[in-house]
Amino acid sequence: MSDTVTDENSAAPAAKPKRPKALSMIMIGEQTQALFESARLAKENGEKVGWSASIFPQEIAETLGLVVLYPENHSAGIAARHQADPFLQECEGPLGYSNDLCAYAKVNLTYSSVLAGESEVELPDGGKMVRPDFLLLTNNICNQLTKWYENLARQLDIPIFFIDTCYNPYDYVTETRVRYVRAQIDQLIRDLCEFTGKTWDDEKFRKIMKISQCNSYLWERANNLMDRKPSPLSGFELFNYMSCMVCNRGKESTTALLEQLNAEIEQHIAEGTSTYPVEEQFRVSWDGIACWPYLRHNLHTLKEYGINMVASSYGKAWAIEYDDLDGMARAYCFASTNGDNASTMISRRLEALKKFGCEGTIYHVNRSCKVMDCQMMEVQRQLSALAGVPFTSFDGDQADYRNYSEAQFETRLQGLVEVMTQNKEAKENG
Amino acid sequence: MADLQTNLALLEAACRNPRAQLDSYLAQGKKVIGCFPAYTPEELVYASGMIPMGLWGGHTELKLAKSYLPAFACPIMQSNLEFGLNGTYKGLSAVIIPALCDTLRCMTQNWRFGVPSIPMIPIVYPQNRKSPASVEYLISEYESVLVMLSTITGQMMSEKALCDAIDVYNAHNDVIREFAALANDHLDVITPKVRHAVMKSAFFFSKDQHTAIVKELISGLKQLPVYSFTGKKVILTGITGEPDELLDILAENEIAVVGDDLAQEMRQYRTDTPEKGGGGLRRLALQWNSRHGCSLIHEDGKPRGTMLVSLCKENGASGVMNCLMKFCDPEEYDQPFFEADLVAAGYHTLTIEVDTQNTSYEQIRTRVQAFCEML
Ligand code: SF4
Ligand code: SF4
Repeated sequence: MSDTVTDENSAAPAAKPKRPKALSMIMIGEQTQALFESARLAKENGEKVGWSASIFPQEIAETLGLVVLYPENHSAGIAARHQADPFLQECEGPLGYSNDLCAYAKVNLTYSSVLAGESEVELPDGGKMVRPDFLLLTNNICNQLTKWYENLARQLDIPIFFIDTCYNPYDYVTETRVRYVRAQIDQLIRDLCEFTGKTWDDEKFRKIMKISQCNSYLWERANNLMDRKPSPLSGFELFNYMSCMVCNRGKESTTALLEQLNAEIEQHIAEGTSTYPVEEQFRVSWDGIACWPYLRHNLHTLKEYGINMVASSYGKAWAIEYDDLDGMARAYCFASTNGDNASTMISRRLEALKKFGCEGTIYHVNRSCKVMDCQMMEVQRQLSALAGVPFTSFDGDQADYRNYSEAQFETRLQGLVEVMTQNKEAKENG
Repeated sequence: MADLQTNLALLEAACRNPRAQLDSYLAQGKKVIGCFPAYTPEELVYASGMIPMGLWGGHTELKLAKSYLPAFACPIMQSNLEFGLNGTYKGLSAVIIPALCDTLRCMTQNWRFGVPSIPMIPIVYPQNRKSPASVEYLISEYESVLVMLSTITGQMMSEKALCDAIDVYNAHNDVIREFAALANDHLDVITPKVRHAVMKSAFFFSKDQHTAIVKELISGLKQLPVYSFTGKKVILTGITGEPDELLDILAENEIAVVGDDLAQEMRQYRTDTPEKGGGGLRRLALQWNSRHGCSLIHEDGKPRGTMLVSLCKENGASGVMNCLMKFCDPEEYDQPFFEADLVAAGYHTLTIEVDTQNTSYEQIRTRVQAFCEML
């Protein structure tokens, strides 16, 4: 899951005519570059660099001063820039993987195979996703990550530091899960210190935790400001900021960035402007990851009908709140939208549909991602009945460009618009 | 004591018609709990005085399941859900679903809402087995399962019943391993299809009954002269080596199955519950921690290839047939590594897509023929 594409080639196209890039967007590009640069420098200095799952307690690495990069995020960038093809071909060909697997994994396994000297695909970014010395793994997102990281670990002969967050079939995090996860966090800190030669500093951790909490708050706040009608932002733009929560959650640079973003949104609200380029006719929620290779087509089609995506199912996934290690354990069990049962999913979505005044849901049947799709039909049915708003789905993939049909997306959207229009008219006519 | 052929026919019949087994247990006044793949803690069901029965899909036309699962969910889960939705599983008192993969995670929820007449009991196994805390956690998961089971029986399970159940299951493991070893001396009788039926039928009998039947089988086999098999020998790996049409193609090509690493077959039997280590629940948790070489259980180093190489060596196989369940991502991630390990050790491999919804086997037939020539 996860991700966002945040650099100079940002995936969300700006409205035409081009408006000047918002300062917060420039900041996020810089932050991303800075992370890659610090990874390069760390390597140069003989420091160990890690690769991490997107909802791993990033605060741990931050406290230890370790540089960590994020494969899911990186694969999303490659896909959004339409550079995935040679990676997918290599993965399904010479590397012998099934095309059924998550396309983030496929892109990354090829990338790592190049780093290991076993493949020769040209790296479009020149290899800035530097070869990792260790892996940080959680399975709160999905189980595919566990398998993907097992493979990376063997291919690159590096250790995995793993926190098993356990799928949560209940409506709350059981206390036994909290104990298990907490014990793993403690062990992981000890093991990681031993492996990297770093020392744990409680005081620093408390500080990072505070920063992280502040960032979570700011992130949630920015998301919440989308409740204004019309919305101050074109909703897809928020995807572009997600990397600061995925990759830099415990950093002050993220605080500055999110403060700037909040200020920009507030300014739009004050001035009655919006980055959404046309009049907002309909407000919808988007369920699932963006369809990175076709973001432009998605946006273009939505815009034709004046549909703005004001809520997404996982914008809040990184709004992780806690104030100690036990709290951290509990929060990371409950953080991802994928590690939770259907009732939790439904209640979170219902809250969002209401809060943001959504008139429909577009749900991305993401060919890569079984965990997000295999219970979504039932979730959408129930959600639609509870919220009284229609939904539509379309087939796509967050990174494999072969699994999308422009015609299908257009037809499905048309269908949704018809129902939303009827609903609107019915409402207006009392 | 029934003779060899009668016993084999009994086991094959159970595989052909599990519903009859279910009905016969229900007619005896027993309660039956459906056990999804894989590693469902059957001992807890057994110790609670009920019959655990395996639910491993089957050939059926998918209709109702289409409103719950996308086309790219594995065929096992598609048909399990179809059977749940269309009433085929009526009579089960509950199902237990272990959330071992992403599809299974979702199945817990689909079942909960789609088949409310049969309660769903989830279990989430720990995957970080290097953490000592995983044992306490798993015990608590077992305890949750037990609480839900006790609402069905109205009774509490006793420690003694659990220890007895563990003995029954360990004894069953033992007898299945003995059968598997002995089967290789009688490959004329124990064809791939027959071997599969013996293994799979365990899901449709109370384990003590199955042990008794397989014991008789073993003594029947022992009375036969050792058969010197001249065909090719392979190991099967994957989730299931099904359906029979596939196994018949092996037999047609004089290929024998001399060992397996299938989740539906030997994976579950190769690790016993330790005799010591604490109370029953703790011992079961320790068994989970020593399971090995399975795509559904996280382990460092991708050890499955090495394990398959030893399986080939020990059983005189010259290749491995990977029965790759369609859309099974845990297996798909393992495949490139164990194939490479096998090839490096000089063994041939063939991957066949397993799809119980399949109706045509011509392509598979051609590929098996070509594989056979390589062996
Ligand atoms: S399978 Fe889904 S949740 Fe897992 S990494 Fe891929 S897209 Fe993300
Ligand atoms: S995907 Fe594989 S492991 Fe998961 S339920 Fe299907 S066959 Fe079993």
